[in-house]
Amino acid sequence: MAIAKREPIDSGYDPGPLEMTGSQMIWESLLREGIDIVFGHPGGAILPAYDALAPYEADGRIHHVLVRHEQCAAHMADGYARATGRVGVCIATSGPGATNLVTGLATAQMDSVPVVAITGQVPTNLLGTDAFQESDVVGITQPVCKHNYLVTDIAELPLVMKEAFYIAREGRPGVVLVDICKDTQNAAGVFRYDFDIDLPGFEPWPEYNAEALQAAADLLNRAERPLILAGHGIHLSYTSEELLKLVEKAEIPVVTTLLGTGNIPETHPLSLGMGGMHGEAFANRAVQACDVLVAMGMRFDDRITGRLDRFAANAEIVHFELDRSEVGKNIVPDVAVIGDLAETLPAFLPLIQERHHSDWVQELNVWRAETNEADIIQYEVEELIPPFVIRQLWHATERTDKRVIVVTDVGQHQMWESQYYIHEEAGMLLTSGGLGTMGYALPAAIGAQMSDPHALVWCVAGDGGFQMTLQELATIQQEKLSVKIAIINNGFLGMVRQWQQIFYEKRYVGTPVLSPDYVKLADAYDIPAAVVRHPSEVVPALEQAHATEGPFLIDFQVKEEVNVYPMVAPGAAVDELIRRPKPGYAQGYSGVQPSW
Amino acid sequence: MKYTLVAWMRDTPGVLNRVSGMLRRRNFNIDSLQVSHSETPGISRMTFVVAGDKRVADQVVKQLRKVVDVTAVEDITDQLAVLRELALIRVRTTTATRGEIVQFAEIYRAQIVDVSAESLVVQAVGTEEKVDSLIEFMKPFGIEEMVRTGRVALCRGDNRSKPEKLSTSVFKATARLNGSGRG
Ligand SMILES: Cc1ncc(C[n+]2csc(CCOP(=O)(O)OP(=O)(O)O)c2C)c(N)n1
Repeated sequence: MAIAKREPIDSGYDPGPLEMTGSQMIWESLLREGIDIVFGHPGGAILPAYDALAPYEADGRIHHVLVRHEQCAAHMADGYARATGRVGVCIATSGPGATNLVTGLATAQMDSVPVVAITGQVPTNLLGTDAFQESDVVGITQPVCKHNYLVTDIAELPLVMKEAFYIAREGRPGVVLVDICKDTQNAAGVFRYDFDIDLPGFEPWPEYNAEALQAAADLLNRAERPLILAGHGIHLSYTSEELLKLVEKAEIPVVTTLLGTGNIPETHPLSLGMGGMHGEAFANRAVQACDVLVAMGMRFDDRITGRLDRFAANAEIVHFELDRSEVGKNIVPDVAVIGDLAETLPAFLPLIQERHHSDWVQELNVWRAETNEADIIQYEVEELIPPFVIRQLWHATERTDKRVIVVTDVGQHQMWESQYYIHEEAGMLLTSGGLGTMGYALPAAIGAQMSDPHALVWCVAGDGGFQMTLQELATIQQEKLSVKIAIINNGFLGMVRQWQQIFYEKRYVGTPVLSPDYVKLADAYDIPAAVVRHPSEVVPALEQAHATEGPFLIDFQVKEEVNVYPMVAPGAAVDELIRRPKPGYAQGYSGVQPSW
Repeated sequence: MKYTLVAWMRDTPGVLNRVSGMLRRRNFNIDSLQVSHSETPGISRMTFVVAGDKRVADQVVKQLRKVVDVTAVEDITDQLAVLRELALIRVRTTTATRGEIVQFAEIYRAQIVDVSAESLVVQAVGTEEKVDSLIEFMKPFGIEEMVRTGRVALCRGDNRSKPEKLSTSVFKATARLNGSGRG
């Protein structure tokens, strides 16, 4: 039986059946879902909906954020949703407006982010005629949506809207798109919202099997070298606290996925940080050496597993997961517990014996010490390197009593952020993990900031990715937001350059990237900015950014050819990693070093 | 190994596309796919033959369950079931060969459903193997045109439980609650 877990925000507003247009129905549905903000861009086929928005905007019930590119509307809705746990809403016109959304929707869907997208469509009588600005939006977005709808009949619109929010929110969250024909927006009908959702094929909250849970507990209780691999599901189910209890009760080290960052505080002695392609050697070593691996709310993505047949080869694997299709997709576990972690984890705790695993933890700590010693940040002090910038950013934000949200783009800086920023909480890092979408950071940071004007939101982006969506600087100003921006400017599409250095003999084809003068650029948008070229300037610039009301941009002109280590080459096992070069050696690739 | 899966789904526009799109996107190897009405108005029934191992079949079932419009899925490979396929085969004939073809058809309990001067149409119903074998016999005469439905399946026995979660309510019916028609 499906149980609704995270109840929709009860707006308490439902005046009963009312006569209205389809356009009004869109906004009335949003009110009933407790949505007061949408990110969008208008155009012909969605104009009736925009026109109907006027009274809702006028009295402040719904705020529309005008984006400069629809991709960013989807990213903003995504950032808003990740920062709040609520459904983010974006809206666009037909044809190019809708196709522009696609990257943003795919990004959200891959990372299980609840987003509802509303698009205008050509009138029903023109459907299928290649009419002006017609595109098959339902067809185009089907593979990147949890579900989607084309609405051609006003009678169906209220139920579709209600189902859309329900599906996006319940169970493993995802993206639902509602494509509404222009004449349907104009049509009049009776609006009501008191339907019971009847979706027999939708099983958002499967009930867990108590025997499986006991079997999982038996395995873990017998383990000598247990390890937890915790993913996004921990944050999505708000079970960080329970996880910490489990970890401390039986002294189990924790490795996280990128989206599981901060599931337990990274200062905790049992936290090994992120695993996988750019995880620390000791974290990956733990995965390969453990005897029982308990994976929670994660999907064994190739970036975390490396070569599958050698992944955790010595371990029996337990998989806690809500989405049953993830179980057995990449890794066939020995025990699977299918269900909501908010139920399974509290039920699991009493089944686990209090234990110590001192030898195992000791062994990992030796590895950790060795890694720290080789860390570039310990000895590279003359030149401005990205790890140092990120570490200082952490120190600077550590001192604030505001809620801190860091939003990263995709590339080297994203991995350095994961390695050198110390995350104390799940959900404080927003990043595109599954799709790896460059250009994500700035709009997602805007969405996050819109959800919480008092939060300290840092957008950390590379010079490449930042230039993909920098037009949204205008949105920051139009909305009077105080997003802080750090550009890790290395003159290259850094991560791709790193691959060219390692796998393509340094043939840097298409990766040197020219940047504008970011201070001048920011100035054009009336955003204060600074350039940082030397390590000594980092802290003052960060302090200036924090002291400045409103937005601030820092162009960190860092050393160009620095690589992210350790690195597991694609297709390699996670213990075949390229370690950090020892101090004194040139940064850069010098052949696969013996791992341990 | 071949697996027989049956899925029930709400008969909404595009549901076939949703299912086939998912199968293509996830790179599953589908031998045949057949769609029809079920006993419940508004619910379609699809029969799939999936090539692969148990793990692949298991993934297909799980991924199908995830499609919102799919109301139930069952792997009936290990159940006692009637598995059938229908084929219509137009075979070239001469006065010399016609008798022989009709004889072959009778052995296979196939029917002759159309006769013309230079060809006749054989209708065969049976398992794929039986249909395959009949086609092999017909080939030397010259097959001019052919259509096969792909496998359909129904479990045997009468105290068979209904697949879980099959709902009789359908989308349109619920939406009609709303009253007004297209504006
Ligand atoms: C939209 C998009 N296009 C291309 C890529 C491939 N890609 C991954 S990382 C990267 C380089 C990013 O460069 P930059 O933004 O400067 O960040 P850095 O790696 O230097 O920190 C590229 C091109 C991508 N992830 N997303």
